[in-house]
Amino acid sequence: MLRVLSLLILIAIWQIIATMANSLLLPEPAAVLGTMVREARSGALFFNLGMTLARVVVSFGIAMLFGTLFGIAMGRNRTLDKLADPWLVVLLNLPALVIIVLAYIWIGLTETAAIIAVALNKLPNTTVTIREGARALDPGLQEMATMFAMPWQTRFRHVLLPQLAPYIAAATRSGLSLVWKIVLVAELLGRPNGIGFEIYTAFQLFDVKLLLAYALPFIAIMLGIEALVVQPFERHVSRWRQKAA
Amino acid sequence: MLYNLSSDMFPAGDRKPLEIVVKRKAFRTSSGALSEVLRDVSLTIESGKVYALVGPSGSGKTTLLRIIIGLDKDFEGSIVMPQKPRIGMVFQEPRLLPWRSVFDNLRLAAPQAGDKEIVEIAADLGLSEHLKHFPGELSLGLARRVALARAFVVKPDLLVLDEPFVSLDILLAERLRDELATLVERTQVTTLLVTHGIEEAVRLADSILLLGGRPTGIMARIDIKTPRHAMTDAYAAEIQAQIGAIFAAAS
Ligand SMILES: Nc1ncnc2c1ncn2[C@@H]1O[C@H](COP(=O)(O)OP(=O)(O)O)[C@@H](O)[C@H]1O
Ligand SMILES: [Mg+2]
Repeated sequence: MLRVLSLLILIAIWQIIATMANSLLLPEPAAVLGTMVREARSGALFFNLGMTLARVVVSFGIAMLFGTLFGIAMGRNRTLDKLADPWLVVLLNLPALVIIVLAYIWIGLTETAAIIAVALNKLPNTTVTIREGARALDPGLQEMATMFAMPWQTRFRHVLLPQLAPYIAAATRSGLSLVWKIVLVAELLGRPNGIGFEIYTAFQLFDVKLLLAYALPFIAIMLGIEALVVQPFERHVSRWRQKAA
Repeated sequence: MLYNLSSDMFPAGDRKPLEIVVKRKAFRTSSGALSEVLRDVSLTIESGKVYALVGPSGSGKTTLLRIIIGLDKDFEGSIVMPQKPRIGMVFQEPRLLPWRSVFDNLRLAAPQAGDKEIVEIAADLGLSEHLKHFPGELSLGLARRVALARAFVVKPDLLVLDEPFVSLDILLAERLRDELATLVERTQVTTLLVTHGIEEAVRLADSILLLGGRPTGIMARIDIKTPRHAMTDAYAAEIQAQIGAIFAAAS
C-alpha cells in the first residue's frame, strides 16, 4: 500500500514540476501516457518490448548456463581456477561498452553479436558467484552421497543443486538487472529495433515523450519479473531454511 | 517387523572375512612435516560379528574407519573385501540433507527399498512421528537416529558406526544403545563400531579392540563370550574394569 502511495507521490511531483517547467523536454504524465497508448495501438510498443525481452531472456540464459558450469568447474578444480581467474578479472573489469563495440566490430552488426556481447558482460559475474557456492560445498555430504552410492542424477538434484541454489538465486537477481540495462545499450549501438533502438530514435528527435513512453513500460515489466518470478524463486529454494527455524 | 537382510545374498559358507591391514597412515601437517597417526593396525572382520574399536579422542578412530570404507586411499596397507559389501555408514556427524524431510533422506539413500520397509525401520528407531520433519527441526539425538535408520534401510552387509552416541546425554545414549543392540541382534548385520565409551563397547560388541599408543596401534583384543541379551551388569562391569586397567597401564 505504502509503495503505491509512494509511486503516486512521485507522479504528482512529476506533474507539478512539468507544469511549472512548461517545456517539451519534460512532458506531463498524461502526455507520456498518450504517446504510450498511441505506440501500443500501432503495435510498435509491443513489438519492441518483445524484441528486447527476447534478447534479455536469451543472453541471460546463456550467461547463467555457462557461468554456472564455469563456476562449478573453477570452484572444484584449483588448477583450472588459477588458470582462468585472470581472464575472469579482465572480463569483470572490461566496460560493457567495450565488449559491445568489439563484438559488433568483430562479428558484425548482427543479433548473434548483440546476444554474445550481453551474455559476456554477465558471464564473469555469474561465474564468480557460483564459484563461491562451489567452494562452500559440504564435503561431508559428498562423502555421504558416495557411501550411499547415490547415482549422479540424485547427487545433482538433491545434494549439489540445493547447496548452490542460494548462489544461483543471487546470480539471477543481480544478473537480470544487469542484463536488461546492458541490452538497451547493445540495441542502441547496433540493432534496428527494441527499446534501446527506440530510445536512440527519441534521443535524435529530442522527443522525451517518446523516450519515456518506451522506457517506463519496460522498467515496469522488468520490476514485475523481479517481483513475480525472481523473488518467489528465491523463496522457493530457501524454504527448507524457514522450516528448520 | 523383521526384514530381509542381505545375508541371504551371501550363503553362509561363502562369506569370507574382511581383512584390514594398515601398516602406516600419516597426515601432512600445515608445516609440511608428516605426522604418523596409525601404525600396524590389522583386524579381521568376520561375518555376523560386532566389533568395537575403543580409543581416546584423537587416536585415529575416524581415520581408520575412513580407510576401511574406502574414503581415504592414502595409506600403506591393504583392505581386502572378498565380496564388495554394501556399507551402511553412520558418520560422526549425522550428515543429513537439510532440505529434505526425514522420510526423503531415507528414501534417497535406498531408492530400492519399499515405503513400508522405510517406515518400519524408522519406527524401530522411534522416528514414526518425525518422518515429515526436516533435519533442522530435530535434536541431535533424533538426527543421529535418522542417520542410523538410513544405514539400516540400505540393508547393509557391513554396518559402520562412528561414535553414534557421542554428546548425547546418558539416558538418551543408553536407550539408543539398547535399541541398536536389538536391531543388530535381529538383523545379524556385521558391525564395526567406533566409540570412546567403554560401556557401549562392552554392551554391543562380540570383540573389542583397544586402540592406543603413539602412533596408534591395537593394544589388546577382548572377546566377549556371553551373548548380548544375556549380559549381566556384573559381567559388564568386570570387563569394563579390565579394559580400564589396560588403558591405565598404557598411559
Ligand atoms: N585430514 C586431516 N589432515 C590432517 N590431520 C588429520 C586429518 N584428519 C585427522 N587428522 C589428525 O589425525 C588424528 C586422528 O584424528 P581422528 O581420526 O579424527 O581421531 P578420532 O576419530 O579417534 O577422534 C588427529 O590428531 C587429527 O588431528
Ligand atoms: Mg572421530
